[in-house]
Amino acid sequence: MSAAIELRGVIKEFDGARALHGLDGDIQAGQLTGLVGPDGAGKTTLMRIMAALMSPTSGSVRVAGHDVATEASGIHAVVGYMPQRFGLYEDLSVMENLRLYAQLRGVERNSAESKFAELLRFTGLAPFTARLAGKLSGGMKQKLGLACALMSGPKILLLDEPSVGVDPVSRRDLWAMVHELSGEGMAVVWSTAYLDEAERCQAVLLLNQGKLEFSGEPHDLTRRISGRSFRIVDVDRDRRGLLAEALELPSVRDGVIQGASVRVVLAQDASRDQVEQVATRRSGRIEPVAPRFEDAFVDLLGGGPGGHSVLADKMPMAHLDTEVSVTCRNLTKRFGDFVATDNVSFEVRKGEVFGLLGPNGAGKSTTFKMLCGLLKPTAGEAKVAGLDLRHAPGEAKLRLGYMAQKFSLYGLLSVQQNLEFFSGVYGLSGAQRRERIEEMIETFDLKRYLSTSPDMLPFGFKQRLALACALMHRPPVLFLDEPTSGVDPITRREFWSHINGLVRKGVTVMVTTHFMDEAEYCDRVALMYRSRLIALDSPDALKASVASAELPDPTMEDAFIRLIESADAAESRKIA
Amino acid sequence: MNTRLKAQIVKELLSFLRDPKSRFMLIGPPLMQLLIFSFAATLEVQNVDVAVFNEDNGRGSYELLSQVGAASFVDEIIPVTSTAHLAELVNRRKVLVALHIPADFSRNIAAGRPARAQVLADGRRGNSGQIALSYLSSVITRVGGEASGTGSDPAPLAAVRNWFNPNLTYMWFIVPALGAILTMLIALLVTALSIARERELGTFDQLLVSPATPLEIVIGKMVPALIIGVVLATVMAAAGILLFRVPFSGSYPLLFLSLIVFILSVVGVGLVISSICQTQQQAILGVFAVAVPTILISGFATPVENMPLALQYLAQASPLKHYLIIVHGSFLKALPASEVFANLWPLAVIAAVTLSAAVVIVRRRLQ
Amino acid sequence: MSTSPARTSLSPRRVFALARKEALQIIRDPSAVLIAFVLPVILLFLFAYAVSLDVRAVRIGLVVESDAAGARELAAAFSGTRYFEITPARDRREVATRLVAGELRGFVVIPQDFDKRLLARSGGSLIQVITDGSQPNTANFVSNYAQGVIQTWLGSRAGAVQPQVAVEQRFWFNPELESRRFLVPGAIAIVMTMIGTLLTALVIAREWERGTMEAVMSTPALAIEILLAKLLPYFVLGLVTTLGCALLSIGVFGLPLEGSWFALLAISCAFLVPALGQGLLISAVTRNQFIAAQAALLSGFLPAFLLSGFLFEIDSMPLPIQWLTSIVPARYFVASLQTVFLAGDVWPQFMVNMLAMLAIGTVFFVVASKKTRKTLD
Repeated sequence: MSAAIELRGVIKEFDGARALHGLDGDIQAGQLTGLVGPDGAGKTTLMRIMAALMSPTSGSVRVAGHDVATEASGIHAVVGYMPQRFGLYEDLSVMENLRLYAQLRGVERNSAESKFAELLRFTGLAPFTARLAGKLSGGMKQKLGLACALMSGPKILLLDEPSVGVDPVSRRDLWAMVHELSGEGMAVVWSTAYLDEAERCQAVLLLNQGKLEFSGEPHDLTRRISGRSFRIVDVDRDRRGLLAEALELPSVRDGVIQGASVRVVLAQDASRDQVEQVATRRSGRIEPVAPRFEDAFVDLLGGGPGGHSVLADKMPMAHLDTEVSVTCRNLTKRFGDFVATDNVSFEVRKGEVFGLLGPNGAGKSTTFKMLCGLLKPTAGEAKVAGLDLRHAPGEAKLRLGYMAQKFSLYGLLSVQQNLEFFSGVYGLSGAQRRERIEEMIETFDLKRYLSTSPDMLPFGFKQRLALACALMHRPPVLFLDEPTSGVDPITRREFWSHINGLVRKGVTVMVTTHFMDEAEYCDRVALMYRSRLIALDSPDALKASVASAELPDPTMEDAFIRLIESADAAESRKIA
Repeated sequence: MNTRLKAQIVKELLSFLRDPKSRFMLIGPPLMQLLIFSFAATLEVQNVDVAVFNEDNGRGSYELLSQVGAASFVDEIIPVTSTAHLAELVNRRKVLVALHIPADFSRNIAAGRPARAQVLADGRRGNSGQIALSYLSSVITRVGGEASGTGSDPAPLAAVRNWFNPNLTYMWFIVPALGAILTMLIALLVTALSIARERELGTFDQLLVSPATPLEIVIGKMVPALIIGVVLATVMAAAGILLFRVPFSGSYPLLFLSLIVFILSVVGVGLVISSICQTQQQAILGVFAVAVPTILISGFATPVENMPLALQYLAQASPLKHYLIIVHGSFLKALPASEVFANLWPLAVIAAVTLSAAVVIVRRRLQ
Repeated sequence: MSTSPARTSLSPRRVFALARKEALQIIRDPSAVLIAFVLPVILLFLFAYAVSLDVRAVRIGLVVESDAAGARELAAAFSGTRYFEITPARDRREVATRLVAGELRGFVVIPQDFDKRLLARSGGSLIQVITDGSQPNTANFVSNYAQGVIQTWLGSRAGAVQPQVAVEQRFWFNPELESRRFLVPGAIAIVMTMIGTLLTALVIAREWERGTMEAVMSTPALAIEILLAKLLPYFVLGLVTTLGCALLSIGVFGLPLEGSWFALLAISCAFLVPALGQGLLISAVTRNQFIAAQAALLSGFLPAFLLSGFLFEIDSMPLPIQWLTSIVPARYFVASLQTVFLAGDVWPQFMVNMLAMLAIGTVFFVVASKKTRKTLD
């Protein structure tokens, strides 16, 4: 049987710059194929070529036997494509979106109703048919996008980063749906920067800088590094310091924090002695663990960045008068009849990394916005650095740094001008301002981009710039709103090495995330569901709380899903 | 100056001026519009084609037609041979005015009897038709007087003097007014987009979590638009004086002061639009919906006093209405300071109301 | 497998589906509703009542320096006319300051020796008329009507000399010369330009920005279908608005419709082609909303306002600008609309104008489709 998609020497150039460097590969029907790679690797370009929205500059791509360059209409008839941001009309209702795509895809009128019923049941959207797509949560949008792409029963399904901005519950649901589809013989291509997803694919295409670095089953790649992954457990308090130290070792290729422990990947043929020494010095011990696809991915791309944060070196110890950085007491927010945040109370200690988790629409954004002063609470109080945001907003705001989800930088200004603006708006002036800007340029290696617009920056640099702008006034409390949503593992590691460094300097970090690996970096995690706080503990404790006989070593994602399920169960018991 | 405020002003200015293309978009199109529309917008009537149905072969009609043909507003005389043909030319808008000379025209003149001539104009083009018709009538009356020999060259009944603009040069009216309108449009667009754009791109949240207060945010948006507006208006005033040779008889400092208050009042309106709108598209359409009526009731197209009373009251709320009086007065009428201030205070009131409304709305967004 | 031929030919069903979606979006977007339904009413209202070129009751000063009988009679004649609203004064300095302030648009001086001049009637003029030249149009009006008043007054006196040539003046199609009659059709042209050009340009830019264009392009829908479906609702919206405006003009503002509804529709359809084509072209060239708005303002709205010949006579413009107006579709539309409302069905004129509009529209569409094809690449 011939492959569903055949790539032969695919080259794509934009204005002379090469985005894809001659790819060869096959994608099989009945399989879930992951398309992975760091940002800017060419994933979206390849997706668009396979959807026959673009032609390759040279080489050939055949999709279901049709050539993309010459037989686009044949491809459009058999391919379902979900672009990033799901391609939905936000001012149309769920049903109107479905009907539109049904008609576009030529679904017969008499079979359309049963098709809708089937898709609505499949995606669980049946109760929301009249709701406008713009008012759906991220997870529901994603399901609707999928339903639209599945409308005419395609042979091939292309999903471009479907899980960005979507909570673990929705991701798991989507995953199950797609799995079912591939089981029915459909070829599914799923592009993602999340490697835990890639690991569960039947085949993987790994792109880096427009080149195909690996093609095959994920465990083939993982197998290459077997015996090199370890976990350092029972560390003293400063696991962040340990990670920083470990990453600086020549024998260590990669490392991340997992709750109270640290996970490292050794370089090829390196001995574990160095790591062991470092661990013992901090009263820890190391134990071998099974390699993950992510370990292999980072290894293949040349290892993670070092653990040393120049930024943290330059930052003085954060100064804060109180031991409690962020307090919220009985925080409530109502929008009309709807209670978005219901009586939430917690405290964040100085120097803590505090994670705010929850499914889309659970109220964590609202809570987060009240904490940093973007929304006024209906009841209760929120304090930052001991100051009430209502009464001393200026004072309190000077003590917090904020990094918005989409790195809200001014695209019309250059990098240098962005730095100047953010230092100025936080009241820095004169020599101090010049020094800080100079320091940030040096720390984040921004020199060569100074006159570029942030929109033109490579993704990693954009993130660096956003962090630099948020830290210019050296705030003792840092708010991060989904800081690494859709970010590849390498950039994410660099980001967290800076955050870890800052935390060691006493900075308090408050973070919202959908990404469970990120939650592992937190000291404590608050889980919100249906506007309420349903759990608050350290990642390890949360994981332990859901451990059972059949799931002895649950992941953070397992914990997340189980906790929400039990909250649902409690709710239905109450009703009964 | 407050560092925070300065940073915001610089940021806002840079977002319009950093790259050459948007710099050009800010100054280029308005100047081009000033040039084109100043020449285009004229109520003087020129290059008129006249259809003539002449049933008279005498000396009188010959004399009349040669005078009409020589008149400066006439481009060409199109002779026709029937009323039907004449009607067709008018119907198809080939001619603006037509002249019908009856067969007894010369005979009557020669005999000293009153002669008749019929002129008709296309009422679809009412204004220019009316003007062309009055030009044509006066030519005919003059020719009639000359031909009959009686009371040759009768003295004009009234000595007309046009103050401030002796030759009623229309450009002297249109250039200062267009300058004001274009300045208003740009200032409106710049401010209306400013908050809406930040909201759409998510930088507004970033601004709201910074120590900048709502007042500072509004001032930070206001000053750059003010600077851009003042520069633009100054360039256009200079073009008016140097290029179009419009005389300036008033006080530069007073006009400059009025310009600042005028732009502030416009910026206030723009900020209110901007703080209400969620997207840039809404802001742009909002500007259109506000700007067009503002221009129409400002007295630019027609005098305010001709409007129904209710609209005259409404016109008081249009900043353009007050500023047009000042700018026309300053250019042409050497408007005394007392009159400038009489029109300046309503502008100041509008500015105060709209700007405080903008602050209130921004503050409410924060809550 | 092979594709069925039906997929590559134009499918009315897909066009309808997309057009329906577009229509729903229009109805749900408050700013589109504002531009398409609210603003036209406001504009028509303003053009019917605010922008009036019929000058009535212009405020002028009347300085009567003489108490003689003739002077008083003439003063009474001035007070009696409906064209002027008189502010009487004894001293011209009183009214001069009010002229500077803009409270008066001119003043008439009946001099001390008026009756003497009237008797002598040789050489000098009888009265003086001073106008505010900063408003040239009104100034013209004041001087013309002041002369008219005195002429009529003289003619009505016993023993007046009859003029040598009596000029009979007629205004066809608009005998009372109400400016509303020719301004309202112009306003309709402006409204249609806004809907056709501005709204279309912005709406397509938005589709790219939100990524929905990509999703639709990956379906079997053909590029031509997407384009067609985009334009169809705005075409219908434009026609509906035109009809609404026409009904309003006839029913409320008292305009006649001398021509036929069919002609009105035909002209409007012809105009929508270049208007939509222009919007499409703008959106194909730029996906930036600010620039799109600027372009629509510069190339659509302002020319419709100033270069279409409804406020300012095209023949009187300098030659290069006259050439420029020949590519302004609104020019042909305004001329045809004025005819169909005030004169009747003049098909020769309509045909020429419709051809011109269609030709301009074709150019816009050809250029736009050349630019659109490469979009994703």
